[in-house]
Amino acid sequence: MTTSLADVATSNATLRTFLHGLPGVDRVGADQRAAMLATRSIKTTAKAQAIDLAIGMVDLTTLEGADTPGKVRAMCAKALHPDPADPSVPRVAAVCVYPDLVAEAATALRGTGVKVASVATAFPSGRSSLDVKIADTGFAVAAGADEIDMVIDRGAFLAGDYVKVFEEIVAIKAACGAAHLKVILETGELSTYDNVRRASWLAMLAGGDFIKTSTGKVQPAATLPVTLIMLEAVRDFLAVSGRKVGVKPAGGIRTTKDAIKMLVLVNETVGEGWLSPDWFRLGASTLLNDLLMQRQKMATGRYAGPDYFTLD
Amino acid sequence: MSKAEKPGRARATKQVTEQVTEQAPGPGDGRRPARLAVRKTYKLYIGGAFPRSESGRSYPVTSSSGDFLANAAKASRKDARDAVTAARKAFGGWSGATAYNRGQVLYRVAEMLESRRAQFIAELAESGTKNAREVVDASVDRLVWYAGWSDKIAAVAGSANPVAGPYFNISSPEPTGVVAVVAPDKPLLGLVSVIAPVIVTGNTCVVIASERAPLPAITLAEVLATSDLPGGVVNILTGSVAEIAPHLAAHMDVNALDLAGVTDGAVAVACEQAAAENLKRVLRPAETDWFADPGTGRMTAFLETKTVWHPTGV
Repeated sequence: MTTSLADVATSNATLRTFLHGLPGVDRVGADQRAAMLATRSIKTTAKAQAIDLAIGMVDLTTLEGADTPGKVRAMCAKALHPDPADPSVPRVAAVCVYPDLVAEAATALRGTGVKVASVATAFPSGRSSLDVKIADTGFAVAAGADEIDMVIDRGAFLAGDYVKVFEEIVAIKAACGAAHLKVILETGELSTYDNVRRASWLAMLAGGDFIKTSTGKVQPAATLPVTLIMLEAVRDFLAVSGRKVGVKPAGGIRTTKDAIKMLVLVNETVGEGWLSPDWFRLGASTLLNDLLMQRQKMATGRYAGPDYFTLD
Repeated sequence: MSKAEKPGRARATKQVTEQVTEQAPGPGDGRRPARLAVRKTYKLYIGGAFPRSESGRSYPVTSSSGDFLANAAKASRKDARDAVTAARKAFGGWSGATAYNRGQVLYRVAEMLESRRAQFIAELAESGTKNAREVVDASVDRLVWYAGWSDKIAAVAGSANPVAGPYFNISSPEPTGVVAVVAPDKPLLGLVSVIAPVIVTGNTCVVIASERAPLPAITLAEVLATSDLPGGVVNILTGSVAEIAPHLAAHMDVNALDLAGVTDGAVAVACEQAAAENLKRVLRPAETDWFADPGTGRMTAFLETKTVWHPTGV
């Protein structure tokens, strides 16, 4: 199988044969399994651990047209000390910004261990030429980004031009250099679970270090079944190729409950090996405050209020 | 013709009387089985909906003579938390509504209560209220009275302050936020008298109804739900005061606490201590004649004062 994987991307026909040869996703089964795992009850000490783990997995994100250097600096401060009143709160995994603000974030986070992630490649639509996308990526990397979140060309993918998508990912991966590449599939635009599985494989074959559900600009974003399918793809890819790929659900994860459901999904699908910020991330902005409020509730017994946490 | 019609008419009349008598549940008459009593399920009132308790618990409510009346939901602390979330969500819209509009809505609540007076009189009588009719009258009047205050309280609680400078200096009252209310054990009048002053100024509230007689409170919730009052402005929980009140008192997203219905001194002290953590405004329990003129005290207890300095343009 490993030898055949190398030949898969020789032409659009071989890619198509391979991707369409993947077993189809049982939609009802996937929905049910995700819903069943979501009913797991995580309480007390396990919940406390899960909250800290989830905080450590957060990619604290701001991707607004109205982002300013000041807002990015404030977010970096929050990434380093999520709850200034409680030094036992772990740092988040990374801060995710637009390329032009990477330098600002990199300055604020230098030497702290918190990574700087940048979206690139004509985010969020991905509608531009390859040259522009490569230049966009190069700009972010030069400014100090440790991780690049690229979007795939959904138009080409849906049109069946798999090799174009593949080559684009390969080219961006090359432009990344040492930076980690996360490939955003934008599952909300892929229409079917079969397409999600195919896009996951395509991204992994092309060399993505992470596969990420969504940009956060399209609904539905990171649903549980979609994350489940991507986790299964990652597990199967490891078995076939021997290369481990991370997963990042992003968009629509707002509450601690949502985050813990994701962690249960990871543990039950790919196992503990992925329960680390190196292999699983949560792309979110408002989630962090809810995690902090739940953490405070567990520590003090009082329900926390949003008045006592910074606005995102 | 008249002779022929008579038996027919008599038959028709008899059928009508049968239908009327059949509507009340009772034993069968041999030809038909007895009609089943449709017992009402009393639930909580959170965010404009009537959910069961998250915990699935309920407790039996009995009349003053000890007869079983109904099961009421026994709210848990998670229901209280959900209610606070709903109240917080409703706060922006309700506090931002014009005072005139809030007054209209409160008047509408009074109208709806008036149209249900027979039901309330019956429920109050069951719960052991002797003067049920007077209580319902007074409750409607109380709502109308507070409705009138909506656009006047600012004139009473606010002021234009003389200052030594070229400024207009104006203090105006603003709602404090989410108020947790423990309703007194006076099923309707006490309940209305604690809810109305809280919401008329633009606060939203989470109310723990009388533990002994919660049914009129849920019936009042039905009135509120059909009175143009936005969902979440009033949230009514039934269950144990000693169990829920301390959680509301400690909740960091609650801005004030009305302990009107707390009879246990130890619980009142514990609540007040928990409320100190985020400096909630606390209205202590006090002996109150609910029929008496309430004054503005219950409204002003849950107001903040905002003072604005504005250059006179000299």
